Amino acid sequence: MVPESYYVGLSAILFTIGVVGVVIRRNPLVMFMSIELMLNAANLALVAFGRRVGNADGQAVVFFVMAVAAAEVAVGLAIIVAIFRLRRRLSVDDLSLMRW
Amino acid sequence: MAHAAFFVVAAIAVVAALGLVLRRNAIHGALFLVVNLGAIAVLYQTLGAEFLAWAQVIVYAGAIMVLFVFAIMVLIPGKEETGPDPRRAWRLLALPAGALLFLQLIFVVRGARGGAGSGAPSVGGGVESIAGLLFTRYLFPFELTSVLLLAAMVGVLLLARRRV
Repeated sequence: MVPESYYVGLSAILFTIGVVGVVIRRNPLVMFMSIELMLNAANLALVAFGRRVGNADGQAVVFFVMAVAAAEVAVGLAIIVAIFRLRRRLSVDDLSLMRW
Repeated sequence: MAHAAFFVVAAIAVVAALGLVLRRNAIHGALFLVVNLGAIAVLYQTLGAEFLAWAQVIVYAGAIMVLFVFAIMVLIPGKEETGPDPRRAWRLLALPAGALLFLQLIFVVRGARGGAGSGAPSVGGGVESIAGLLFTRYLFPFELTSVLLLAAMVGVLLLARRRV
């Protein structure tokens, strides 16, 4: 049986890749997908820890994370579509209106 | 045997994640993300979480990624991220910062002790055990989830409406 620490290590690698992706990419859609990557890495760690502790609570939490991620993706993509209609461009560097 | 399988699937997941981050074309990135989500579903299966493995395939690789691919096709007519990056130096700082974050994560995880040990009492990951939890201990969050999804749906309709 593969120890849980391997899964958690893989989860850390995937999470880091997701963070770097959010920072280095300019396309909001790719940034969004990197956020999904981070959510999945966290889910993997939750399931691995759940097996280590020996109950299914971690898996129930992952279920909720999936539901929230679905809602988040729908709303986020709608916002991106609305911004694209307004600006005709799709780069996060243009969106500095709400930045101090 | 199990170790070899784990490392093969883990390598697929990492390569797909790197492909998502490094490829210029967003649609290639989306397809790489599908591969990554499938690999994670396989890992759920090896962890004994059958229900989550299938939910991952249906919800993530199915529904969410279809939404992404639609959005990419609607929004990006041709090339994206063209032209020189005005903040290239700042963005390259992400690599050392990411390495630092990774070391931190490993440090935190290694420092964590405890749990019931790796005796791993066989925790059922099937529909039965998850449903048992969702309808007893997590009943209230479960109901809240439905409200959240409804709110998201209404919000999306409002946002995507064409102003007349």
